Amino acid sequence: MSISQISVFLENKSGSLSEFSGVLSDNNINIQAMSVAETSEFGIVRLITDDTYDAATVLKDAGYIARITPVTCATIEDRPGSLHEIISVLNKSGIDVDYMYAFLGGRKENHAHIILKTEDDKKTDAVLKSAGIELLED
Amino acid sequence: MGAYFQEEIECASAGKIKQMQDERLAAQVKHVWDNVPFYRKKLEEAGIKPEDIKGRDDLHKLPFTTKADLRDNYPDKLVAVPLDDCVRIQSTSGTTGKRVVAYYTKEDIDLWEDCCARAIVAVGGSKKDVCQVSYGYGLFTGGPGLNGGSHKVGCLTVPTSSGNTDRQIMFINDLKTTILCCTPSYAAYLGESMKEMGMKPDEIPLKAGIFGAEAWSEEMRNDIQKTLGIKAYDIYGLTELSGPGVAFECSEQKGMHVNEDHFIAEVVDPETGEPLPDGEKGELIFTSITKKAFPLLRYRTRDICILSHEKCGCGRTHVKMTKPLGRTDDMLIIRGVNVFPSQIETVLLKEGYQANYQIIVDRVNNTDTLDVHVEMTPEVFTDNVGEISRRQNELVAALRSMLGIKANVTLVAPKSIIRSEGKAVRVIDNRKI
Repeated sequence: MSISQISVFLENKSGSLSEFSGVLSDNNINIQAMSVAETSEFGIVRLITDDTYDAATVLKDAGYIARITPVTCATIEDRPGSLHEIISVLNKSGIDVDYMYAFLGGRKENHAHIILKTEDDKKTDAVLKSAGIELLED
Repeated sequence: MGAYFQEEIECASAGKIKQMQDERLAAQVKHVWDNVPFYRKKLEEAGIKPEDIKGRDDLHKLPFTTKADLRDNYPDKLVAVPLDDCVRIQSTSGTTGKRVVAYYTKEDIDLWEDCCARAIVAVGGSKKDVCQVSYGYGLFTGGPGLNGGSHKVGCLTVPTSSGNTDRQIMFINDLKTTILCCTPSYAAYLGESMKEMGMKPDEIPLKAGIFGAEAWSEEMRNDIQKTLGIKAYDIYGLTELSGPGVAFECSEQKGMHVNEDHFIAEVVDPETGEPLPDGEKGELIFTSITKKAFPLLRYRTRDICILSHEKCGCGRTHVKMTKPLGRTDDMLIIRGVNVFPSQIETVLLKEGYQANYQIIVDRVNNTDTLDVHVEMTPEVFTDNVGEISRRQNELVAALRSMLGIKANVTLVAPKSIIRSEGKAVRVIDNRKI
């Protein structure tokens, strides 16, 4: 039920993000969602793209280390309170969120997509689904 | 001209020194021939009998001894006296597979301490002085050697060992320490710390320092002299030969006198092994001619040096060596500790990284820094920042445990480490020594 996310290792130094986005641009990779997690030395860029396999191949050829991780993508209404609905469902089921990010204007109008990484993506999918929350899949 | 610890030896004529060396070398070759199968075999292979070595002029006929020989004969196969006659061991800083255990008889320790005592007197030390030994005590020779020398001179000896800077400074002030013995980088660190505490150079009781176990520049000497308000002197030694005091600096502060009654120094071409004349740069070779338990014939130090027999203003006649100007191998000396790139590589591979790394050594505020840049690998990379950091911390701990000093680890992008002609540049040493 999950979707594929590409995680890429970047050095935390001036120019490395620009170089990275250049590679995606040059190869016509369209980014649907993206987040950057950083430490003082390195960063992990997380991407959702149209074609995960294509993007991963391009990045690998350009010398990047990339890893494909399954993540949950919940679709929620673009209104106050809708995020809390899914987070409280997870909380009640004892599921901790490792990280999450969101994007608007994705595959469904007037909705937002929440990308969630938890310890157990199968359980997360099941819990959200039974609470009536719409999930995206590849 | 100042005072000497053993004037008749330290200021002996060139003829007297040669006579001493001739007799002692001949006796030493006989001693190892009789007692160490390794040396006997080596001499036999070279077609040499003890009676062929009549003195210093025959020295070049003897084969070299290398660190590998010492390693192969670990721990005690080179010991030339019954183990019952040995009273102590010291050991090198413990680089994997390269640890050397040096054995001492009572007499060996006595003569070693004489050498250290000469160094202390040469910097103006006497029984009126308080000598704080802030070199490590234990297997490392720094602490025990200077401690023994200080006793012989009759100084009040303060065996603080290394570390605990606040306590070091407290003793310097409370006991009115006049002579400090430690690594130059630690001396610089103590100086900076005292400066931060608001102590002015003329308020610090110290008058002289004996700083060795790592390379240091004239700039660093000037800095230390200024912040501590002292004269700073160099000292040289190797555990394999005894420890500190193989050579020491005098009041002239221009090179170190080799204790020639105990060690014969040579400089050779590191490629061909041919002896080089005074003034030429080459690998420093030592033969210990008085050591009974652990004698070494023509030991290759891997240090690059120049020897000089020029007359010295201090009145001592023993040959002088420059401070080591480099190494013939890839060994780095960082904060007084010997570090080989191969050790770092071993740890990286064990921790699941690849051998794509770069070692960057620098000196910041007179203290050596060690940074290891490691390329991220697909095997180590995960989507989890915490997991990567955890593995990074494990690597730092493993390096510390292997090297004995802290290394900072930076994870860098794959293939980002500069490779020249296909070979990675492993070491960048930015220290200006």
